[in-house]
Amino acid sequence: MLGAITILLLFQLAGEVIAQALELPVPGPVIGMALLLLALMVRGSAPESMHTTANGLLSNLSILFIPGGVGVMLFLPLIAQQWLPIFLSLLISTTLTLIVTALVLRVWMRRSAQDQEAGDA
Amino acid sequence: MSGKLSHIWVYLSTSPLLWLTLTLIVYQGAHWLSRRCNYHPLLNSVAISVVALVLLLKLTDTPYKTYFDGAQFVHFLLGPATVALAVPLYLYFDRVRKMAVPLLGALVVGSSTAIMSAYWVANLAGASREVALSLTPKSATMPIAMGISEKIGGLPSLTAVFVMLTGIMGAIFAKAVLDRLHCKDESIKGFAIGLTSHGIGTARAFQLSEMAGAFSGLAMGLNGLMTALLVPLMIVWFG
Repeated sequence: MLGAITILLLFQLAGEVIAQALELPVPGPVIGMALLLLALMVRGSAPESMHTTANGLLSNLSILFIPGGVGVMLFLPLIAQQWLPIFLSLLISTTLTLIVTALVLRVWMRRSAQDQEAGDA
Repeated sequence: MSGKLSHIWVYLSTSPLLWLTLTLIVYQGAHWLSRRCNYHPLLNSVAISVVALVLLLKLTDTPYKTYFDGAQFVHFLLGPATVALAVPLYLYFDRVRKMAVPLLGALVVGSSTAIMSAYWVANLAGASREVALSLTPKSATMPIAMGISEKIGGLPSLTAVFVMLTGIMGAIFAKAVLDRLHCKDESIKGFAIGLTSHGIGTARAFQLSEMAGAFSGLAMGLNGLMTALLVPLMIVWFG
């Protein structure tokens, strides 16, 4: 487990260094994720300890958002003042994004499946 | 006795131990409650925890900075957790590769929808520019969204709040919305949930099925990347 955590941190560190050095608009951890994916593909398998550690982190993802979320207490006056635009923006944007993403993906998958069948025939 | 108690309080309230421990306890209590009620979407464990912690901080007159000194150890794990998304991504890579073109198409359209609708609705409904800008990266996962917000002139800590609220809303509405669309494919459900509501949505997607969870994690990683690329471009266009 310690080894897997070290590897995750190393990839994050590499990602941060690359993002800073090349002045990329992409955050370091995302580059770290891409690098780790590449490394796993080159290696051809993910070590057992990596599975365990990644599962442990990812099955408790929700709690990681709490410290930032509690920051809501700093903005209570601002939110009280602009609650309607904030609420509408979050509600409409969240629902719309869910619908648009699911529909685009479904239609596109159906079409590429049809293309494949047409190609096979 | 009360002198001794207040002495202990003064000591504990300045050390990171107290609020770190309380964050873990409150979250596990909320999670237990949510599980007991069969993961009813309205009993979102993040929402319950945040309300409980804010009340606790207000009651004890504790500033957010003191709280964060302890809770930052949990916050820090967002970085390694983002890197760890490579593992489920790798496991489902064959399926992902077969769906690559539709996934990328849905990613670009979905990500643009999230950014533009958040900005324009806020703008039309009369939000200040700072608030509207802080809303634009809300569907990206927290560390990414905060980084973007800082670059475009939003308030990173306000963005953190919007990211959390987006995650909670996505987790609450996802099943109802996707059922109404008669969406049965677990990979489509997961991808839509993760793109819209990042890690909090991904936690919800794992409750629906493992495949939905994996695709949600994939969408969360991809949309983090896509939002980081699109927001700076769209800001120019927003003017």
